[in-house]
Formats: sequence, C-alpha cells, structure tokens
Amino acid sequence: MPNTAYILLILLLPLFGFVLLGLFGRRYIRGFSGVIGAALLFVSTLCALYVAYNYFSGNAGMPALRRTYTLFGATWLSFGRDLSIDMGILIDPISAMMIVVVTVISLMVHVFSLGYMKGEERYSTYYAFLGLFTFSMLGLVLSSNIFETYIFWELVGVSSFLLIGFYYDRPTAVAAAKKAFIVTRFADLGFLIGILILSFQAQTLDFGWLINNLSSFEHSPFNEPPVFLGLPLVDWGLILVFIGGAGKSALFPLHIWLPDAMEGPTPVSALIHAATMVVAGVYLVARLYPLYTLTRDVQQVVLYVGAISALLAAIIACTQTDIKRVLAYSTMSQIGYMMFALGTYRLFPPSLVDPKIGFIGSMFHLFTHAFFKALLFLCAGVIIHLVHSNEMKDMGGLRKRLPLAHICFLIACLAISGIPPFSGFFSKEDILSAAWRADKFIYAIALFTSGLTAFYMFRLYFSVFWNKPATGHPHAQPLVESIPLVILAIGAAFAGLIPFSHLLIVGGHVHSTIGRNAVPPVLIALLGIGIAAWLYYKQSDRPQKAAAAFRGLYTAAYHKFYIDELYLFVTKKIIFNCIGRPAAWIDRNIVDGLMNGLAVATARISATIKGIQSGKVQDYAWFFFVGIAGLAILFIYIVR
Amino acid sequence: MPVIPLHYILFLSTALFFIGMYGLFTRRNMITMLMSVELILNSVNINFVAFNKYLYPENLEGLFFSLFIIAIAAAEAAVAIAIIINLYRNIRSVDVEAADDMKF
Amino acid sequence: MIGSEVVFYILSAFILVTGGLAVTTRKIFRSAIWLLFCLTGIAGLYFWLGMLFIAAVQIVVYVGGIVVLIIFSIFLTQQSGKDLPPPVRSRTILSALAVCIGFVLTCILLRNHTFGASLHPPLADHISVEAIGTQLLDTSEHGYALPFEVISILLLAALIACIVLAKRSKSEEK
Repeated sequence: MPNTAYILLILLLPLFGFVLLGLFGRRYIRGFSGVIGAALLFVSTLCALYVAYNYFSGNAGMPALRRTYTLFGATWLSFGRDLSIDMGILIDPISAMMIVVVTVISLMVHVFSLGYMKGEERYSTYYAFLGLFTFSMLGLVLSSNIFETYIFWELVGVSSFLLIGFYYDRPTAVAAAKKAFIVTRFADLGFLIGILILSFQAQTLDFGWLINNLSSFEHSPFNEPPVFLGLPLVDWGLILVFIGGAGKSALFPLHIWLPDAMEGPTPVSALIHAATMVVAGVYLVARLYPLYTLTRDVQQVVLYVGAISALLAAIIACTQTDIKRVLAYSTMSQIGYMMFALGTYRLFPPSLVDPKIGFIGSMFHLFTHAFFKALLFLCAGVIIHLVHSNEMKDMGGLRKRLPLAHICFLIACLAISGIPPFSGFFSKEDILSAAWRADKFIYAIALFTSGLTAFYMFRLYFSVFWNKPATGHPHAQPLVESIPLVILAIGAAFAGLIPFSHLLIVGGHVHSTIGRNAVPPVLIALLGIGIAAWLYYKQSDRPQKAAAAFRGLYTAAYHKFYIDELYLFVTKKIIFNCIGRPAAWIDRNIVDGLMNGLAVATARISATIKGIQSGKVQDYAWFFFVGIAGLAILFIYIVR
Repeated sequence: MPVIPLHYILFLSTALFFIGMYGLFTRRNMITMLMSVELILNSVNINFVAFNKYLYPENLEGLFFSLFIIAIAAAEAAVAIAIIINLYRNIRSVDVEAADDMKF
Repeated sequence: MIGSEVVFYILSAFILVTGGLAVTTRKIFRSAIWLLFCLTGIAGLYFWLGMLFIAAVQIVVYVGGIVVLIIFSIFLTQQSGKDLPPPVRSRTILSALAVCIGFVLTCILLRNHTFGASLHPPLADHISVEAIGTQLLDTSEHGYALPFEVISILLLAALIACIVLAKRSKSEEK
C-alpha cells in the first residue's frame, strides 16, 4: 500500500527533526532551527492530510467498511512462543482523525513559535523538543499494540517534562515539570498493571486481538472469569488502564499537575496541554471502547470521573485570575466532557438513538476542542507578550491594540460556549444528547457546567478586551504569529460542519442536532455570557460583591478546593513519615548496617590475627614446626 | 658396636636436635641462635655417621655426607656472623626481636 | 662390652647436658663454652663409633674454627660482659611444648621402624684416611670429586660474601 510510506514519513519526520536539531541545532543551525522544524512538520502534515483523505474517501465505494489496517507488525520483544510485543501501525477512524489533529496543531504551534520564541537562547532545543513530542504523540495514536502505546505514552510524558521545564532556571518551572511527571508516572503505574492484567486475560498485547478475546468473555457463558473483590478481573484491568488515562488527561483527582504546567512557554501549553497530550487518556479509552462498554460498573467509573472533573474545573475556573490557569481549568473541564461522553453507552435505555452517540460526541469534541483551545492559548500568548504579565488585572481594554487576537479570541470563546454555528455547538450537542439519554443527573451537571463554561470564558474575554477603556493603536504582530491564529479560527468556526458520525462509525447516521435538545444548552450559554458581560463589561465593584455573596464557596474555589494541600499533607505527613522514614531507617541501619557490620567484623578479625605476622623469626619458626608436626600426625595416624 | 642398638644413638641425636630447636625458639640473642643451629646440624651429623656404621658398613657415604655438612656448616656460620655484624652496625643490637621490621 | 656401653652412656649424658646448658644459660660466654664442650663430646662419640677421621675433622673445624668464630663475634658485638635477658615465659612454655611433642612423635616413629642391617661385610675395622681420600677425589661412579669441587666453590663464595657483608662501607669510615 503506498500509504505505508506516507505514514512512516508522518512519524519519522518529526523524529528526524528532533535528532537533527538536538544534536546540531545549538551550535550549527541556531536561528534556522525553527524553519527546519516547521518545514519538516509541514511535510508531515501534508502526508497526514493525504493519508486521512485517502482513508476516509478511499472506501467511498464501500461505506460499510471502516477498516482497521494494521500496516505492519514487527516483533520487537518476544516473551516466548505465545506472547510478544510488536511494533505496528494501526489506522482506523480515530487514529486517522488524530494524526490530522496532532500534525495540524503542531504545525500551527511550530509556525507561531517562529515569532514567539525568537531570540530565545535555547531556540533549537525548543524545536527539538517539539519534534520529539510530535513524534511521541503520533506514535501513541498510531500504535497497534497496547505495550507500544505504553512506550509512546512514557515518551510523551518525557517530552512534556522537558517542555514544561523549558525555563529551567526558574524554580517554579522545575517544580511544575517534576510534579507533572511524577503525577502522570504514578498514574502510569495503574496503566501498566492494567496492561498486564488485560494482556494476561487475553493472552495477547495486540489491540485487535485484545478486544476480540476479551469481548468474547462476556458472550461465553462457559468461561468463568476470575473475580476480585466483586469485580471481574477484566474490569479491574480496564479501571486501572483508565486511571492511567485519567492521570495523563488531568481528570479528578489526578489533575493537580495541569495548572502548574502552565509554567512552560505558551505555545507549549497550546500544543500539549490543550490539544494533544491531555487527550491521550480519552484516546486510550476510545481505542479500547468495545471493552469499556461491556459492563455498567466500568462505564459508571468513566462517567462519574469525567462529570466530576468537568464540574469541579468549571467552578475553579470561575475564580482564577491568571489567564493561563483559567484556560488550564477550562481544558480539564472539556476533557471531563469528552470522558463522560465515553461512559454513556451502557446506560442507554432501548431507544432509536444509536448509543454510540457518546463516542461520536467525544471524538468530535476532541477534534473541535483542539482547534479552539489551541487558538485560545495562542491568543493568550500574544496577549501575554504584549502585557508582560499573566494576571487579568494587568490586562483590559486591549481590543484596539490586538484586533486580530480579539476577533480570534471571541470566535474561540463562542465556540467553547457552544453558540451556533461555531464548532463547539455541534460537538457539545452530541455529548449532551448522550448524557440526556443516559442519566438525567449527569445531564443536569453537564448543562450547568456549560453555563459555567460560557460564564468564565466570557469573564476572561471581557476582562481582557473590554473592562478598561480601549486605547492605543494596533500592536504590530509578526505574520508568523497571525497566520496560525487565522487558520485555527477558521477551524474553530467551521469544523462543526464535518459530518463526524459518518466518518467514525460504519453506517453512522447524520442525525439532526437542530431539534428540541439543542435549545437548553444555547440558552444557558447565553445566560452565562450575559452575566459575565454584566459583571465585567465595565470596571466596577460588581464582581467583588458577587464574590462576597458566595464567600465560602468562592474562597474554596479560589484555593482550588485545597486538593493540592491535601496531596501534600498525605505525602509529607503520611507517606514520608510512616513509610518513607522507616524504610530509610531500615535501609541505613539494617541493610547498610549489615554490610558495614561485615566490613567492621572483618577489620576487627584482621586486626586481631595480624599479630601472627610479628616480624620475629622465632615465632615463624615455631609456627613452621607446629605445622609440620601437625601434618605429620595427620598423615601418619589419621589419614591411613 | 652392636651392643648399643641403633635407635639408642638415634634417640640421642633426636634429643640433641630438639634441644637445638628449643634453643632456636627461645634464645633472643642472634649468636646464641646460631649456636643452637650448630647443635641441630651436629645431631644430623650423628645420624649420618650412625647409619653409615650400622646399616651400611661397606660404604663410606655417610662419612662423606658428614664431611660435607661440616664444611657447609662452617661456611654458613661464617656468613651468618657476617650478617649479624652487619645488622649490629645498623640497629645497634643483636636482639633478634629488634629486627622485626617485616611485620604487619 | 659393658665398657663400651658405659662409655656410650657417659658420652651421651655429657653431650645432652652440655647441649642443654648451652641453650639455657644466661651468660653468653658460658654458652659458647658449653657449646664447645658439647661439640667435643660429639667428637668423642665419633671416636667411640670408630670414625676417627670424622672425629678429627669435627674437632679441627667445629671446635677449633666455628666456636672460635662465635667467640670473636661475641667480642665484636660487645656482648661478652652483659647477661642475656630472660626469655618471655609464654615463649619458653610454648617452645617446650612444641619440642616435647616433636620429640615424642619422632621417638615413637623411630621405635616402630625396623632398620634392616646390611648383609655385606664391613669395609674395615678402622677406615684409613687413604681410602677416604681416594674415594673423595675419585671421578668414577662412587667418587665424590664433583661435590668436592662444588664445596670449594661454595667456600670461596662464602669467603667473598663474608668479606663483602662485614666490611665497613666508606661512608662509615668517615
């Protein structure tokens, strides 16, 4: 298949960029590194678009087939006859979609950084890291084998660490990078155990076979699956894998790293923490979707974790004053949306609506969210560059000075609030339909959260572009910063028109979303926008009065519900004191003590018996004679 | 002299050997150690001569052995005394315990 | 016959007593003299055994040469007047122990061993010096010409060694 070459190019060009810029960038290529990185990624993007086009249209004659192509499977590590880790590439609807998302957003970030990171001392290192991240993310979405996914998962984690801690001379950045890595690593422990359980149950690591073998458990009444604490082992494996995904996707309670990760450069936040890495968890659940839809228990877990994250993040975002942190919590909230949509399958009562609408909605929202969130972050980058501060109080009235950013920001805010005809409306519509049919309570939470989303996004919008009187003339923005904004804005505006259900599901129906169910979310969004406008359109003390009205809740939300403090307490007081210190004591005193004791004992024995070598001839002569006599007696009388 | 059985003479030489060994272990003066070594050598000489007389009276091997032992003992005593004098010049003592530099 | 037995017992007693005194006395000069007597006693033993040549050589070389050499070295190291320090108690006990064990072991071994007497007749009643000399310098099968030459080289080497070792180095003279 000619596509194989293109797909390999997609993967390998960013890797090549990483190696080239990493090894030679600092000294030899320097200022040109950005262009090289961006050019490589441009080619990669073209290949991705071509492959996706081929995939989605190539089977136009056979709409029943949305084939899963495993392009090649090379055995990488073999654990005996039956089990091996293969390296392969898998193309199916979601992976084809994801390669488009990852490459396009990454290209936008590369181009934007040409202007944003100009003059930065470690310019080429930055582009090298971006290349590494893009490669890792592409590898993750294209992997055909769950262990290969894990390998790329870890690579993505490493790239994220490197990029968050890019400004390594800032202690906050270093701490944030460590926190991100440690929290996701901790979640990855669950992922690994889940992999082991699932692969053990299915006797394979390949996705296709895994899904095949484990789905049949459910349908075979003769196999008695092993049960642990009331849940079948397969469910435990799925929950553990979900925990791994939750860590990477910053879902409650493993979300603590995402706000801190905003210490990295803003284009990095756009790429990693808005559009690509954080959706890795959602992608993983989507990849194993046939398994996640088997039992109600697992579905409940996915559903509630997603919903709680969405609501919690939205509440916290209403109180934050750092522009990037608002966007970070917004990301967490939207990912919560994506996740709980994946948890609605089993809960559907029999109805005419395809229960896979949750899946469709989640993937669609992933696609549109990538565009408008990346757009929001890049605009934030432009704003921060202008104002040299992240705090909202330093901004205000910027609409004259940043006209392009203003328009793009507005488009993105409208999209995220779900106002038609922007893209967010369509994707949220699917999610909310799924929630409505699955669980009314979840629907209520989702609806309320949409209102909050609209509120805090427009709070941000009005605080930045309106609030204070607009003065000044347009700030000269380099072309390389403007083009990505425009392209992403087009995507945010019009991506809703893509018939996603057609693309993802075989025989997916194009259901009409303009119906009764479309109205409540729009109304609530408009209500949120209205409240935000009333509070923040002009400078006044209304926000303070509103905050005072909810004082307790406001303080709790402002302090992020003290979750960080709780974690710190548990780690420092409990884990360090009760587990760490005794373990260290045992290691120092018992294990080391044993070794030291051996050494000391040897030294003491040696000191005691070294007197034998006294240097006196007569002592030696005495020993000599005793030895001979002893041997003589031994051999003459005892050994016959 | 067959009246005295051979092993009486051998007991004598053994006793002399171990007396010499006692002196070698106990004496602190290097020259007295040398004297003890001479006793040991002499005990060996007695052995050879006795064997020659009692066991191989038709040969003279034992006699020659003793002769050579005496010659070598003389040379060895001379060299030993030269060493003792040299050592005495360096450490100003003929105490064998003063020459214990080769210890731990 | 009884006479030779008695002579043997007297001689052996003399040898052992003087040997013991030589290794235990505290005065060094006396130790040398006791050694002298012991060696003379051994020469007497040789006489009693009928090995006249060896006895003579013993007296000439050992008594007349080596003991004199020892006495010279006693003078050279300024030891003649002083008493020797008493040995360490633990060392005497340990040495005595070792010596006794060795002695008992060897005596047991000797007692249990049967020495076969030779079947050939003895060479002569008193061996002549001529016979000794002839065999000493003989180059045929039972001759000792080679060891004789080697011994002379050894003595030469010992001579040179003693001179080199014991001479004063030039720096000392200054």
